[in-house]
Amino acid sequence: MTVVKQYTDLYLQAQGLINKHSAHILNERREAAFTLLKAVGLPSMSCQDYAHTDLHAMFAPDYGLNLNRVEIPVNPYEVFTCDVPNLSTSLFFLVNDSFYSKSIPARCLTEGVFTGSLREFAEKYPQIADKYYNKQAGKRQDGTVAMNTVFAQDGFVLYVPKGKVLEKPIQLINYLISETNMMVNRRILVILEENTEAKLLVCDHAVNDADYMINQVAEIYIGENSHFDYYELEENSRKTNKVSSTFVCQKAHSNVVVNGISLTNGVTRNNIFVTFKGEGAENHLSGMVIADGEQKVDNFTNIDHAVPHCHSNELFKYVVNDNAECAFAGRILVRQGADKTEAYQSNKNLCATETARMYTRPELEIYADDVKCSHGATVGQLDANAMFYMRSRGISEQEARLLLMYAFSSDVLEMIRLEPLKERLRMLIEKRFRGELSKCRGCSVHAPGDCH
Amino acid sequence: MLEIKNLHANINGKEILKGVNLTVKPGEVHAIMGPNGAGKSTLSSVLAGNPAFGVTEGEVTFNGKNLLAMPPEQRSWEGVFLGFQYPVEIPGVSMVNFMRAAVNEHRKYNNQDPISASDFLRLMREKREVVELDNKLANRSVNEGFSGGEKKRNEIFQMAMLEPKLAILDETDSGLDIDALRIVSEGVNKLKSNDNATIVITHYQRLLDYIKPEFIHVLYKGRIVKSGGPELALELEERGYDWIKKELGE
Repeated sequence: MTVVKQYTDLYLQAQGLINKHSAHILNERREAAFTLLKAVGLPSMSCQDYAHTDLHAMFAPDYGLNLNRVEIPVNPYEVFTCDVPNLSTSLFFLVNDSFYSKSIPARCLTEGVFTGSLREFAEKYPQIADKYYNKQAGKRQDGTVAMNTVFAQDGFVLYVPKGKVLEKPIQLINYLISETNMMVNRRILVILEENTEAKLLVCDHAVNDADYMINQVAEIYIGENSHFDYYELEENSRKTNKVSSTFVCQKAHSNVVVNGISLTNGVTRNNIFVTFKGEGAENHLSGMVIADGEQKVDNFTNIDHAVPHCHSNELFKYVVNDNAECAFAGRILVRQGADKTEAYQSNKNLCATETARMYTRPELEIYADDVKCSHGATVGQLDANAMFYMRSRGISEQEARLLLMYAFSSDVLEMIRLEPLKERLRMLIEKRFRGELSKCRGCSVHAPGDCH
Repeated sequence: MLEIKNLHANINGKEILKGVNLTVKPGEVHAIMGPNGAGKSTLSSVLAGNPAFGVTEGEVTFNGKNLLAMPPEQRSWEGVFLGFQYPVEIPGVSMVNFMRAAVNEHRKYNNQDPISASDFLRLMREKREVVELDNKLANRSVNEGFSGGEKKRNEIFQMAMLEPKLAILDETDSGLDIDALRIVSEGVNKLKSNDNATIVITHYQRLLDYIKPEFIHVLYKGRIVKSGGPELALELEERGYDWIKKELGE
């Protein structure tokens, strides 16, 4: 409990400061979250769902929090270059956990659409913010989510009113910059009303060599007949730890892609919750993990088929190398009455070394009769026959391993509906396997004076 | 070119090769025949460097170099090629990427720059014609969904791309119909020159009607027990292997 105590004590001391630099709706939700955090604490490793991630160790260090919202003297638009052709996005930044609102380049956004600061949104559209903010996350009895709600002061909002279609993908860069060890409580809120379309790409970038702790909560609400793509790319430093919870709530006939790719990190735990609230909705959930060294990535997914005629398709692939240790848990719940549900889950993993570890736990709970469900999980090694075949043609052992690992993981990219992103990821992943990726070159963030 | 002296090899502790001796010179074509379980495929695997096999005794020199000390890829760079009896399917790795990686590593070993994209495509096209391999196959994953005949043609295509000094063709005729056999054999014949050598491993005479070896060896119980000219293959076809067993006093 002592780990949590440093955070509850901090809140009691700094409550006034936190509220002063935030918005009414956010402040209003803190008390309940604080009470929950105090009551439940952080889950321990004896809790089955967190058996492979030591949250207490992750939250134990004494991180700084920028509760006073001290401005970081950096203009990410100046130091940022996206040098991949054909990926034209509307670009926004969260610098640590504050929205960067200065000098946003002029751009034509569709009328009525809001893309920007959570704090500003909560003040400008209090009714909408009140309707959605913390409505999914607040129901989750998880100390990490509660902690985010306790400390979150700002974040990013994408709000698309009914009938609007965003042609251009939105790209949010989470830019981490700090001289000292730092914790960020980042919040993302996506609201798509009925008959809308949008795509959001979230990229994580840590600069400097500080230890970062990211505690992120994303709440996504998708209205009837709406299409939404959510891509998250983790390309942090190996000293960056992350706990993230993403909540997706889908209404009837909506169609959502959620894709998460972890390339570089320290310890990461992602929770993804999908709930179908209306019939005829579809969700395509996928993830790729490439882990080596001492990296740890643990993905937990929960898909709730609460209504009939919904379709979920889940694919997670891991390539685990060196001493990396990874986990996947996929829960699919088909509730009573959710007939004609189709739910497919697949988790395939490659342990490329003897010391690499992978834990996988598929879980299907089906309480309806007329459903089509399947799940499969495999953990394997590189195919020795294929290795010898390639080497006998003069392909070096290292290159052969690389080609096989790349081939193994690449079908996750087929779940991506944004062609230029798919192309860019192909390049990034190949570089990652070659060990040529220190930072994401696709949208690299360079500190001023940094040679390129 | 290739000199095998008293080669002993095992797999999972079981001795398969029990003292093989063989000399192959440039321009020669040798056939190694023998009944099932004689060690024919083991010999080809050991020469190509399959790590599943262990060499316990003997030596193999290739153009004066110790072949057994080299990893499989280096043997390939030095000019050894193994045509697999069972070519391996590699889902997700396209033939193009596979071949480009192989060609470029060969070039790197010879201090050449990587091949340009246009030269590579031209080379692929040219060599595909040697075995009438469909362009569609070249764009697919390595051997994935290929028929038995296509897989064997693909082996000869790769051989054509890599231009080895010594090609070891392990039961390339198995599973081939007569047309495929003709295409594969013609491919091998087209690639023959005075500078390179071929070892054909086979069960049957019929491949040898197309690829005409000067030297026939019978491998039996891990040793070459008889060698001769083309007439030996005909005799084996006619009389089977029993008479050889009798000669050996079995």
